Amino acid sequence: MAFTAPKETFSGKVYNVDIGLSDKIVNFGGANTLSFHSFEGEYTNKPAIAYEIQDIPPDDWPETVKSVYSSVGDDPVKWAKYCQDDLNASAIALRLSGTHPDNGDLSADQAAETVRKVFDNINVPLIILGSNHIEKDSEVLVKAAEVVKDKNCILGKAQETNFKTIAAAAMANNLKLIAMSELDINLSKQLNIMITQMGFDKEKLIIDPMCSALGYGIEYTYSVMERIRLAALTQNDVTMQQPMYGDVGMYVWKIKEVQAGEDAEPDWGSIKERSISWEALTATTLLMSGTELLVMRHPEAVKAVESFVDEMM
Amino acid sequence: MLIIGEKLSIIAKRVREAMMNRDKGPIKEIARVQFEAGAGMIDANIGPAEDGGESLMEWMVTTIQEEVNAPVCLDTTNYQALEAGLKVHNNEWGRPLLNSTSNDPERFPILELAAKYNCEIIGLTVGKGGLPADAEERAAIAAEIMARAMEYGVPMEDVYLDPLVLQIATTQDQALKVVQTIKMFQELNDPPMKTVVGLSNISNGCPKAIRSILDTHYLALLIYEGLTAAIADTKEVITTVKTIDAIMGNTLYAHSYLEM
Repeated sequence: MAFTAPKETFSGKVYNVDIGLSDKIVNFGGANTLSFHSFEGEYTNKPAIAYEIQDIPPDDWPETVKSVYSSVGDDPVKWAKYCQDDLNASAIALRLSGTHPDNGDLSADQAAETVRKVFDNINVPLIILGSNHIEKDSEVLVKAAEVVKDKNCILGKAQETNFKTIAAAAMANNLKLIAMSELDINLSKQLNIMITQMGFDKEKLIIDPMCSALGYGIEYTYSVMERIRLAALTQNDVTMQQPMYGDVGMYVWKIKEVQAGEDAEPDWGSIKERSISWEALTATTLLMSGTELLVMRHPEAVKAVESFVDEMM
Repeated sequence: MLIIGEKLSIIAKRVREAMMNRDKGPIKEIARVQFEAGAGMIDANIGPAEDGGESLMEWMVTTIQEEVNAPVCLDTTNYQALEAGLKVHNNEWGRPLLNSTSNDPERFPILELAAKYNCEIIGLTVGKGGLPADAEERAAIAAEIMARAMEYGVPMEDVYLDPLVLQIATTQDQALKVVQTIKMFQELNDPPMKTVVGLSNISNGCPKAIRSILDTHYLALLIYEGLTAAIADTKEVITTVKTIDAIMGNTLYAHSYLEM
């Protein structure tokens, strides 16, 4: 008798989220099966990858990735256009790092102006990220949201202690929203419940269970993401059926392995190859656990992940 | 676990009056309260309904489904009334459930309806000869009901076995026997048989103040053993159902789990 592979099917489905406008819309999520299991269910949208840029020059990025943007890093508009036009980015993630009180303390109005300029000069979808400072983000993201009203951008991140203002801003301006919790599946669900209880549409929400780099606790991120996805699929839990987000670049490009030079660590081999692989491997690991939206920094790492995705689809 | 909202019973004075006067208001109100509290199905208990059962059940099913998007559990021993209810039932939100057949030959024809209308049916594990003594006797009756269901062409997954909950005030030893029966029923088939109880029977005859305590604690034990459905007051039991679901890992815990 011929062998028939057993098939696992699920009752739940991840919401499809679209970002951007007209012919540049990017869709992600929408699967009713585990990552890349197109042999068991619907897995039609490719995971989306956004290039990360900043409102200020990337002075604190390691040389390997900073050098890629050496001619554009001083201007977020040029930087964004470079990613879109030269690197074929399908989405841009603008991190408003310069608004952090310890990193320049740019005002909410200045940040909003940067957002407006970047948005006006690109046609791919835009993700707007705060500096991860609880109080300042509430101010900055509210202003930033206003300048992209109805433009189908993503606003992030709303956390347990500041979600009310940020979710209200995303709701008032008809934007998608990233809800971030700190590596705890129950708190992630709780945050989603509280945001949706404000009246925020559960289908416009994106879950960030908190990223981590390979070697720096990725197994925790992996496990939380996998359990979120299983709750969505096997328990049909509507509070966990949002696509998931991985802030890969930010977590990878600060660890020792992407900074230690070949003279300091001769056994570790080429720093360029090593750090690009580190970002690509972190990203692909998260894709396997269920992530559908990645924010990354190095174009060669992005290319490697894209070709991995093409092979898996 | 499926809650079959039970408050629409002819035994209740307000419901009985509404039934007799064909006053849709109270029926709809009760159905809505049960549905919004989390009932997945609404029980329509019209009693033996010897006179005018057909038009009453027809009216009940229509009235309930005008108000809530849920299937109805048709609760009467009257064959014609059941069929009349099935004919008007809207299956868009789920198939109806017949309550019930048993091991009493007079109730066999109800299986015929389940097969004909492709609906689910409760098999109450009692026979003509009085109440079952223990879990084993209930399982033996269940096996007979299952065999008969097969003869009539009712698939096993459409049968809910009901062990018949008895009053703790009069037959205390039966309480635990019913809990054991829930486990035993499931072992009668693969995949496991579905099970259902009329929960409030446990506290029937007890002081009002302790009824819900008895009902909810008893329900927790039954769910632990794998109970599929309970005919119960949704408002009374929903907290227990959600909590046991979280404790057993059937739902993912969050601080606001009771609000979901």
